[in-house]
Amino acid sequence: MNRNRKDIIIESLTGISVLLIIFIIISILAITIKGGWPNLSWKFLVEFPKDGMTKGGIFPAIVGTALMTLIMAVAAVPFGVITAIYLAEYARENSVFAKTIRFAVKTLAVVPSIIFGLFGLGFFIGFIGQNMDKIFNGGVMKWGQPSILWASLTMALLTLPVVIVSVEEAIRTIPVEMREASLALGATKWQTIRRVVLPGSVTGILTGTILAISRGAGEVAPILFTGAAYYLADLPHSLSDQFMSLGYHIYIMSTQSANVDATLPIQFATTLVLLLLTFSLNAVAVVLRYRIRKKAK
Amino acid sequence: MEDLKVKVTDLSLFYSNNQALKNITMDIPEKKVTAFIGPSGCGKSTFLRTLNRMNDLIDNVRIEGEVLIDGVNIYDRDIDVVNLRKKIGMIFQKSNPFAKSVYENIAFGPRINGITQKSKLDEIVEFSLKQAAIWDEMQGRLHNSALSLSGGQQQRICIARSLAVNPEIILMDEPASALDPISTGKIEELIHDLKQKYTIIIVTHNMQQAARTSDLTAFFYLGELVEINKTETIFSNPGKKQTEDYISGRFG
Repeated sequence: MNRNRKDIIIESLTGISVLLIIFIIISILAITIKGGWPNLSWKFLVEFPKDGMTKGGIFPAIVGTALMTLIMAVAAVPFGVITAIYLAEYARENSVFAKTIRFAVKTLAVVPSIIFGLFGLGFFIGFIGQNMDKIFNGGVMKWGQPSILWASLTMALLTLPVVIVSVEEAIRTIPVEMREASLALGATKWQTIRRVVLPGSVTGILTGTILAISRGAGEVAPILFTGAAYYLADLPHSLSDQFMSLGYHIYIMSTQSANVDATLPIQFATTLVLLLLTFSLNAVAVVLRYRIRKKAK
Repeated sequence: MEDLKVKVTDLSLFYSNNQALKNITMDIPEKKVTAFIGPSGCGKSTFLRTLNRMNDLIDNVRIEGEVLIDGVNIYDRDIDVVNLRKKIGMIFQKSNPFAKSVYENIAFGPRINGITQKSKLDEIVEFSLKQAAIWDEMQGRLHNSALSLSGGQQQRICIARSLAVNPEIILMDEPASALDPISTGKIEELIHDLKQKYTIIIVTHNMQQAARTSDLTAFFYLGELVEINKTETIFSNPGKKQTEDYISGRFG
């Protein structure tokens, strides 16, 4: 009797927790869709903001976010894949060096994103950028200020652990029999990695890339000081230009706008766009994984 | 009487402090089939893997003694393991084709050796599959995934794959233990055909298989080579009591 009652209580508790999570997700979606959907239109997506950003669209923020995540991926993915290869294939499990790298990756993953922003400001802009100006530009300010390049690289640091972890996991799923088959045929270790291990890890590399992009697309803190602009009348044309971003756009419209109420529809619609973007990226990751797994069978 | 291919002298292998192979000495003749038999854990697979230095991949393994292949000690410092393995094909217990097409599986070895010409690769693929007696079955399916094949076909693809790098020795680690009797029969026939050209060393659990396929049989027990002799001698008139007990099924 007693036993039975305990079971019922625990079952109810777990059930309530699950319902709560579903409730939260549905609420977020419902509120954003209700507030955002009526304001969402083709024009909204392809127009620049107008009238002190109380009207018009979010085109530059969409383009800025896309460019930033693209540059981020170009930097983070190769770097992450190489690190993952080292950890999975070359590092001795118990070596101090490998343990140090693992510790660093784990630590990197839990550093608050605002710290990355400050680091980007100090390191990329203050140190690298300003020195580049001194050396290549005769002291004229070009690289020593916030730009899409520095913002993307800062974001790349933030998403690096995501890439490393998912690629390393994928590499470790390649069975030892496959490696042995390749080595026994007289392949070198690198040939084995390039021709057997990496092709088998494509899923993991893609998944890591997409997860990193969807994380990077939504983060604001790292780009706050490193390149995101309040408002730009033009799209970025070079790596040293600043850019607008969806997340930052939502932030400034809800806190810095002269008339917060007037921008409320735009805020909702922008939030909806950002949510759709990250959800669809994750959906693509799921589909890709499924397809590649099916193909491998 | 026959040409010597592999000469092992006083070979010992340790995992950390645990000795897995004890002072093994044996001669393996060229273009014959030599079978290793013995109960699980007797070291026969470990010994097989010392012949193409596959044990190098495991940490904390220490090897003493000599393995001469064509008179050259493969444990010498200046031996290039990669080149050594090109000379020695290996077939594993669990068939392990790559998740690629049949064609790409066979072409893998030639490609890593730098062959890129399509006609040359086509030729090697066809030749290897024919040698592995699976060309007829595969002719129209070269571009299907090797993983879609049956277990027996996969294993013969693996054999063809190892033949494509033109080895001199083929090591087989219980190649038919996961296969049904018909597929096993095909593998055994294949072994019989291949020994015209290759030196074959096969580890097997199955004593009938050793008796059917091999010219020489070596019996291992607890990391030691108990005896090696002509297969018919081992099975009809073994020199040691342990061997007799094992082959008559009294233990193991």
